[in-house]
Amino acid sequence: MPELMQFLLSGLTVGAVYALVALGFTIIYNASDVVNFAQGEFVMLGGMITVFAYGAGAPLPLAAAVAILTTVFVGVALNKLAIEPARGAPVVSLIIITIGASILIRGVTQIVFDKQIHRFPAFTGDAPIPFFGATLLPQSLWVVGGALTVFVGLYLFFTKTLTGKAVLATANNRLAAQLVGINTGWVMTLSFGLSAAIGALAGVLVTPITLTSYDVGIGLALKGFAAAMLGGMGNPKGALVGGLLLGVIEAMTAGYLSSQYKDAAAFVVILAVLFAMPQGLFGAKSTERV
Amino acid sequence: MSLLQVDGLGIEFGGLKAVDNVGFKVEPGEIVSVIGPNGAGKTTLFNMISGIYLPKAGRVTLAGQDVTGMEPHLLARLGLSRTFQNLQIFQHMSVLENVVAGFHLEESGNVLSDLFALPGSRKRARTVRAKAEVLLARVGLERAAGAEAGSLSYGALKRLEIARALALSPKILLLDEPAAGCNAVETEEIDELIAEVAKSGVAILLVEHDMKLVMRISNHIVVLDHGEKIAEGDPETVSRNPDVIAAYLGTAAAQESEHA
Repeated sequence: MPELMQFLLSGLTVGAVYALVALGFTIIYNASDVVNFAQGEFVMLGGMITVFAYGAGAPLPLAAAVAILTTVFVGVALNKLAIEPARGAPVVSLIIITIGASILIRGVTQIVFDKQIHRFPAFTGDAPIPFFGATLLPQSLWVVGGALTVFVGLYLFFTKTLTGKAVLATANNRLAAQLVGINTGWVMTLSFGLSAAIGALAGVLVTPITLTSYDVGIGLALKGFAAAMLGGMGNPKGALVGGLLLGVIEAMTAGYLSSQYKDAAAFVVILAVLFAMPQGLFGAKSTERV
Repeated sequence: MSLLQVDGLGIEFGGLKAVDNVGFKVEPGEIVSVIGPNGAGKTTLFNMISGIYLPKAGRVTLAGQDVTGMEPHLLARLGLSRTFQNLQIFQHMSVLENVVAGFHLEESGNVLSDLFALPGSRKRARTVRAKAEVLLARVGLERAAGAEAGSLSYGALKRLEIARALALSPKILLLDEPAAGCNAVETEEIDELIAEVAKSGVAILLVEHDMKLVMRISNHIVVLDHGEKIAEGDPETVSRNPDVIAAYLGTAAAQESEHA
């Protein structure tokens, strides 16, 4: 039993990171139908920039803030320089642009920083907390707490604020949104900025546990994508549940099957979702009105 | 100074002149209709005036300000609002929410105040809902307020789109075939609605195929054929213009009517 609990705890921790990546996907997908494959790079940048700012002598909270703000800047630049000029291009082209952007970001990071694996200390120490016979790292609580806070914050933002509703309106029908006076260009900028901030936050939270290097983004983007698909693309609740569920599936696979199959779990999930329920757990059934 | 003035407007698609050198004026409270056979360029003209297409030539002036090629969300601020022939509705929102969205510019939201549901934000939301309900009643959709917009009939959606456009308190409203696909009763309702809106001082620019409706409510008619303006004037004059009859019924019919 303690074994199961241990797998569950580590699954939820890593699942919370997938959930944050999936939430980032959700925001941009909702505003533009684009799946932003550079989302993983935002997580990587969050971790890497914190590492180097901290190494340069900045206190950890300041280093984290610098990392998040810089990543937001990168996210907005991605929209302004690569997505916006290609407005009107088919969604597939835009998705390929984001793949290109992710390769560029990875390359630049490798040159500006290095190819080593890095970490910085956990926020509140490394002393494991006993939990029903298993142990829990304090940093895991930060990660899970961070994911839940972001989820609640996004939920309130989208349901309660005028700006959030403007994003949803743009997602629902861009032209209609423009007609009622919503600046949809600005909505796109906001979405990329917000996604980048959430990605970077995930990177800051998880780096003390999983470590970081210039190339951790690809894996995270794929896992986050699997999580978003499992939950239902475009649904924040789906992103959260999909992320946590995928993390747990992965941890169970690693624990009870073999850790070599761990990474396969995400892809089996993608395939299963596509075969059995393409709309995901919470996704809306899409029907086109004719 | 006219409310809306269009001068020498033109656009080409791959060498085809879809609209060429079209100009007219709309005064406040006036109903101006644009008519013409299918493919005459009516919707293209609308798309240029409302900022969907960038005109290749000409100018659009709204209340004295040059608004040629201005984006729709900025035009909305200046008081130009429109509906679409093929509907642009927020399908996944409720009917009421669609109209509430029309008050977007009027609602001055503050993210923090909204997040904590402060009294100011709640009051604002209530006021807007009440106004949206009034508009829904005006177009006869008050009973559908809670329904998902996507579930409504085509005719009802047409009226919903008009209600949303009215929520922006426009100075001029562009209606692209508001009566298309509507039955006789619905057409009459829309007819009354348009007349009522115009009476309240809003200028209406209308594209419509239902000639009875056009002749009944328009103050002024602009006739397009092959992208060019072939006639304009009051309904009486336009309906007797041989060029107009030719465009609609063919040249033979026009000659016949001349002899008659």
